Amino acid sequence: MLEAIDLGYRFGSSGPWLFQGMNIRIGPGEVVGLFGPSGLGKTTFGHLLGGYLAPAQGRVLLGGAALPVRGYCPVQCVHQHPELSVNPRWRLGRTLREAYDPPEALLDSLGIAAAWLSRYPHELSGGELQRIAVARALGPGTRYLVADEMTAMLDAITQAHIWRAVMDHCRENGVGALVISHDEALLARLCSRVIACGGVTGGMSAAVDLAGMESGEGFAGDRAQAAGSAA
Amino acid sequence: MLRVNDLTISFTRYGRGVSRDALKPVCGLNLDVKPGELLAVIGSSGSGKSLLAHAILGILPGNCRVEGGLLFRGEPLTPRRQKALRGRSIALIPQSVGFLNPLVRLGGQVRRAAALSGMAGGQARHAADAAFSRYGLAPAVSRYFPHQVSGGMARRVLSATATVGDADLIIADEPTTGLHREASRESLGFLRALADAGKSVLVITHDLKAVLPWADRVAVFHGGTTVELTAAANFSNDLSGLRHPYSRAMWMALPENEFAAEHASTQGGEQGCPFSYLCGCSDAACAAAPPAPVLFEDGFVRCHHA
Repeated sequence: MLEAIDLGYRFGSSGPWLFQGMNIRIGPGEVVGLFGPSGLGKTTFGHLLGGYLAPAQGRVLLGGAALPVRGYCPVQCVHQHPELSVNPRWRLGRTLREAYDPPEALLDSLGIAAAWLSRYPHELSGGELQRIAVARALGPGTRYLVADEMTAMLDAITQAHIWRAVMDHCRENGVGALVISHDEALLARLCSRVIACGGVTGGMSAAVDLAGMESGEGFAGDRAQAAGSAA
Repeated sequence: MLRVNDLTISFTRYGRGVSRDALKPVCGLNLDVKPGELLAVIGSSGSGKSLLAHAILGILPGNCRVEGGLLFRGEPLTPRRQKALRGRSIALIPQSVGFLNPLVRLGGQVRRAAALSGMAGGQARHAADAAFSRYGLAPAVSRYFPHQVSGGMARRVLSATATVGDADLIIADEPTTGLHREASRESLGFLRALADAGKSVLVITHDLKAVLPWADRVAVFHGGTTVELTAAANFSNDLSGLRHPYSRAMWMALPENEFAAEHASTQGGEQGCPFSYLCGCSDAACAAAPPAPVLFEDGFVRCHHA
């Protein structure tokens, strides 16, 4: 179980709160969507779950314990811009094998060609790079995946292909996932439940878990208003 | 307004030492945009969409060779003519806020674009103010720097910059990437309004779903060529209007539809139809030669089996 308890974040010690009182629980193998317009802190929330940032308030717990500070993080993030998440001076084989040696079957299912691994990042397209970034994040130590607009810059066919491979991997290995996206149709296709953030004026505080209101998940705030704006 | 006939772009690249190899990322590309029309160019990354825009504007790198015809208002686009027309009659709306000068106030950038399009000082100032109000930007925004505005607002400024000079052909490169639903709708709405005002608009994007409601026609790119040019209305659950298997696969891959992913590679074959090795119905003819365009009343398709 990956849990965020009363999570809050702001940049600096006196900046405005980006969000506060965020609660979420993701079980093993469960795929949860996070939906909302840009600028609400969805990406920052993903970074908190993945341990990139330390929360200003609240805690992130994995199986009841804090995330490990050193070593391989069991919560792995895949970002929107793969060209910014790989080392431009490394050949991609080195990038891919940085954390573990991905099995052939995974590379095949993601459609990664062996020839790409001897190239540098600028010699591949965005879709090809993102496949490598995904394979890199799905190591045996990964229990949860945070996919932040993972396929927003890809065409529909590539998007469907990558997600099918990722969903198969998650199902087979009991890996849970948080899918951050502004594409409702994609979230409906992938997720068992979707947490929707408020509209343009609602802010991150006015968000609600559409399917799990009773579970006490989602963001604290005016739930009725958020449910109205999300409908 | 713009006609592209059998455009081929090849790169020469140095391999190890002095060996040189040629790449042909765009080969036999056709399309045309009429006045008052919004044409969407759809394709995966690496299909040659951006190269087309760069070829029209004449801003390809020096190691490129361009063959085939580019006609603007019926006359060939020579490098000299491209230089004279770009920024005046042909304008580009680039992808992101990164294309604004970070050190110049937004108003200054729009005024400079107006001046570069050939207006005198006072006229340029008026045109810039008009462009600001056209896109719903408050006068105060002209004193902001790019980092002080949101992505959606930056896109309005870029739109203002591109349209301040009264260009006839507007090329928008990925106008919806990174924008949420409302902002992307607004961005495309502005482009539609330009088309409705009689301009020609070319929208280059990977996001078929976002652009469909706004486009008149769609050019589908694959492997560096236009596999199909068709009316936007043909993208519907009744697939009979789509004549190329790749166009149908593109539609079926949308999460609203089948989320199907059979044709996921971006590489084209060395010869023959660029789609042949992914296509369910390919045969010897497909592997032997690239199909010539077959014309229809609303466009054309390149497929031996259409």
